[in-house]
Amino acid sequence: MNAIREPESPPASARKPAIVRAEGLTKQVSTPDHELVIVREASFEVAAGDSVAIVGASGSGKSTLLGLLAGLDVPSAGRVWIDGEDLFALDEDGRARLRGRLVGFVFQSFQLLPALTALENVMLPLELAGVADAGARASRVLDQVGLADRLGHYPRQLSGGEQQRVAVARAFATEPKLLFADEPTGNLDSATGRQVIELLFRMNRDHGTTLVLVTHDEALAARCDRRIAISAGVVQG
Amino acid sequence: MTNNFAIALRMLRRNAHSGEARVLAAALLVAVASVTTVGFFADRVRGALDRQANELLGGDLVVIADHPVPAAFVERARADGLAIAQTTTFPSMVAGAAGTSLAEIKAVSSSFPLRGRLRVAPTPVAPDREADGAPAPGTVWVAGPLVSRIGAAVGETVKVGNASLRVAEVITREPDNVLDFFGIAPRVLINDADLAATGLVQVGSRVSYRLLVAGESRQVSRYESEMRPRLGRGERIEGVRDARSEVRVSLERAQRFLGLASLLSVILASVAVALAARRFSLRQTDGAAMMRCLGAAQADIFAINAWQFLLLAAAGCAAGTAAGFGAQAVLAHWLSGFFAVALPAPGWRPAVQGAVIGLVLVLGFTIPPLLRLRNVPTLRVLRSDVAVAEPSSLFAYALGLGALSSLIVWQAGDTRLGAISVGGFAAALGVAALAGFILIRALSRLRAGASGPWRYGLANLRRRTGASLVQVMALGVGIMAMLLLTLVRSDLIVKWQKSMPADMPNRFAINVQNDQLPAVKAYFADLGLATPDLYPMVRGRLVAIGDKTVSPADYTDQRARRLVEREFNLSWAKDLRPDNKIVAGSWWKAGDAAPQFSVEEGIAKTLSIRVGDTLSWDVGGARFTAKVTSLRKVEWDSFKANFFVIASPGMLEAYPASWITSFHLPAGREEVVNRLVERFPNVSVIDLTAIMGQVKRISDQVSRAVEFVFLFAIAAGLVVLFAAITSTQDERVFEGAVMRTLGASRRQMVLTQLSEFLAIGLLAGMVAAAGAVGLTFALSERVLGVPYEFDWVVPVAGLLAGGVGVAIAGLLGTRRAVDSPPLAAIRAVT
Ligand SMILES: Nc1ncnc2c1ncn2[C@@H]1O[C@H](COP(=O)(O)OP(=O)(O)OP(=O)(O)O)[C@@H](O)[C@H]1O
Ligand SMILES: [Mg+2]
Repeated sequence: MNAIREPESPPASARKPAIVRAEGLTKQVSTPDHELVIVREASFEVAAGDSVAIVGASGSGKSTLLGLLAGLDVPSAGRVWIDGEDLFALDEDGRARLRGRLVGFVFQSFQLLPALTALENVMLPLELAGVADAGARASRVLDQVGLADRLGHYPRQLSGGEQQRVAVARAFATEPKLLFADEPTGNLDSATGRQVIELLFRMNRDHGTTLVLVTHDEALAARCDRRIAISAGVVQG
Repeated sequence: MTNNFAIALRMLRRNAHSGEARVLAAALLVAVASVTTVGFFADRVRGALDRQANELLGGDLVVIADHPVPAAFVERARADGLAIAQTTTFPSMVAGAAGTSLAEIKAVSSSFPLRGRLRVAPTPVAPDREADGAPAPGTVWVAGPLVSRIGAAVGETVKVGNASLRVAEVITREPDNVLDFFGIAPRVLINDADLAATGLVQVGSRVSYRLLVAGESRQVSRYESEMRPRLGRGERIEGVRDARSEVRVSLERAQRFLGLASLLSVILASVAVALAARRFSLRQTDGAAMMRCLGAAQADIFAINAWQFLLLAAAGCAAGTAAGFGAQAVLAHWLSGFFAVALPAPGWRPAVQGAVIGLVLVLGFTIPPLLRLRNVPTLRVLRSDVAVAEPSSLFAYALGLGALSSLIVWQAGDTRLGAISVGGFAAALGVAALAGFILIRALSRLRAGASGPWRYGLANLRRRTGASLVQVMALGVGIMAMLLLTLVRSDLIVKWQKSMPADMPNRFAINVQNDQLPAVKAYFADLGLATPDLYPMVRGRLVAIGDKTVSPADYTDQRARRLVEREFNLSWAKDLRPDNKIVAGSWWKAGDAAPQFSVEEGIAKTLSIRVGDTLSWDVGGARFTAKVTSLRKVEWDSFKANFFVIASPGMLEAYPASWITSFHLPAGREEVVNRLVERFPNVSVIDLTAIMGQVKRISDQVSRAVEFVFLFAIAAGLVVLFAAITSTQDERVFEGAVMRTLGASRRQMVLTQLSEFLAIGLLAGMVAAAGAVGLTFALSERVLGVPYEFDWVVPVAGLLAGGVGVAIAGLLGTRRAVDSPPLAAIRAVT
């Protein structure tokens, strides 16, 4: 029951403390005709400072798994520890505080707030964390993703790729220890995609940020320390 | 087209589970149900009040003639299924064991009275009871003074003309007597089977014949309009409103109160439906843009959506009307004990009003967003959340609002009341939009000084200026309607009731002669009662206004015709009484010898008399003419003697006049009246208690009815609140989920929402308080005739209701954003 499967686990990372640990993680939803298991008994660890790529076919359950790991959704069974804290022993509020402290998240479909400008969207997590110079920091991060001249634009005025970069900047802004990103380069051309990948790995290198990325992008998956494959909701050994 | 209809039906079935369809359905149901309930109920209360007041007449309508009422009138009433009674009244001497006296004999058919009851007792001082009908043949009922004057105690025999009749009861109250100021002698009531035996009714004797009719109000008014053109010389038709100004004034005021209350509930309901319909339509039109991308023709999209809205509106209106009919039946059942008469069946009008208002509301607020789509490029629709306002959609909104305004005026049943209210609310809406915009901008400036979540909440307010404004306006108008209704319910009705103090005059004494004036005044002074003011009175017929001869046929208005048919009581005075107010022109100055008239404003309006017109009168065959120099406002329900027309001194003194006064007779001092009548046998005292009771009852019943209307308004108000809060709920839930993802704590989430809702609520409260104060001022002075007093409670209550109410409702409404996992919330709204 406590068997933790670690695909391709290099001996080096076993010594580092795990920042994410999942155990028997299962998500099941009821549809009118039958019970659908989206993620089945996933158990693994991610060591602090590692970069991990979650790969798999469309509809295999990658986004669902990522959401569970970040505590954005509650599992039907199983547990998740983030930095040693039992995520689902906390209430909704506790999980939010934990995320505020440790976690950045990039949604597959961005989820920017339509009423806020690009700058305001990036400022939001900083303001919530009570950072004093939120505006300055947010515009610096937007500059890093190449959007210095789009600060005052609303999401509907931005292209899909630009929105994605705002979403990435928002997740970066608080310099989290742990960053979940659902296809962060999915909408980007290869040049911009490379910029964003550089950004991610610079954070990983400079701040020791742990990266957990869902991606179809081979170039990106190849740069990661590890790869977790998922197929029809089952994490492959 | 059938294809579009089928698609619309399918889409509607799928939409039925969406949040915005449910809010719209709920709003529509409450709106239509409350409009119809209140309408039905107000209709029935109006009917009941009229019917009660008709007790003062003994029937719903009376045909009066100086000769036997022509058979055609009786036959027509019978054919129309109306109840009838006949009376024949004349003065005559009656003789008893102890003497003889002049009496006013009234012979009545067994069905008399059709409305109300006489009260009788075995002796003048014994407790009285309600009589069952009228005297049986062979018996007579006599008024109290006759018992001692002629020895007419119960069981004795009195002679009326040639007939000897046994006294069966002593009359203590005759409800319809008070209408006839010129019944100068005590009453003797006999059965009309004995009339011939008296031998008193002969050609040339002064006899008044009356035919009373009663029935369903529709039938009665049909009878009236059919028979009025057939009135001959010496014949007239009267209703209770023609006979007593006090009753007319309070009935009218009661109807305005009811009208106002139901109007306010319509406005509340309208706001709720408008909000919900607009949101539903905006949601649908998103889909419409998508359909266009998929190749649907614009006309088809329009048809499919329009069909959907129409189906939804029709279903909601039908359900609402049915619910309204059921609710008013329950309501009427509960209240049945409170009304002295059975509530008449409701008319069809409220049902139509409810359904039409529902339809206009739904279509008026769903079609414009749809029209807006027409000329907008598909890509624009998909990319931009603010599409340009198109002239056709603005026109459609204006059309919807215009139709709604006229419906509201229709519902109010009073043009002036409706126009002032609709105007007031429209102004409030305009001011709310402007003030809201400025305040939202100003508040968002404040955010620099605010901390964390407050700052974010206030910033949100500005970022959503459009939606926030709609919320402020809707909530502002909603709270304003509730405040007004509270005011009407408590304040205004109480003021109306207070305007009838306990020591109000309850008796009129009439027919005092010139030479009796000092003695009558002394009589009251000797008994330690206030010396009453006596006013002179001369009977005259209005013959011409300017050069134009006045004839009933000149007036289409029924009241005007009736007024012209009758004789007026003219009075004269040197000084203006403090309880009369000049509203046009000016009162004559001391020493101004020119003959002139001052006319009561109501009758001036009815008869189209203006300051500067000359009036010609016929008084006992003599004719005189003078200019109208002022119009007066009179408080009819003060129960003081008042006159439609007052002449300046020097004009009427030469004509035979009698004097009239009103006084308050404290309970249990009936002897004051008895001795007065004994000392001055020509003087008649009229008991106003029945009329006053009627007027008091009207105000009591209206206040009770308004209470019930208030309950419906609260339901409608809650729907407004709910619709306004949910109008931005999707965004909030989504924002909440994103904020949660970014690590916002519960406190931050709650404070963010709270600051925004508090700001919206306070803005709405300010708008509502200002609007309610302004509109109460306009309504109480101009429509309800109740003096206005500024009350601090109103603005404070408005602010509190707005701020606290909206904040609490808002927090409850967005709890979902705080308590559910972010992914679930995001999935639910996108
Ligand atoms: N709440 C839900 N109810 C029903 N089915 C769901 C729910 N959430 C996810 N699914 C289903 O679970 C499966 C996995 O979804 P998920 O979004 O995790 O896939 P994914 O691996 O991220 O795919 P993609 O690469 O296309 O993004 C899909 O078939 C999806 O339809
Ligand atoms: Mg996915």
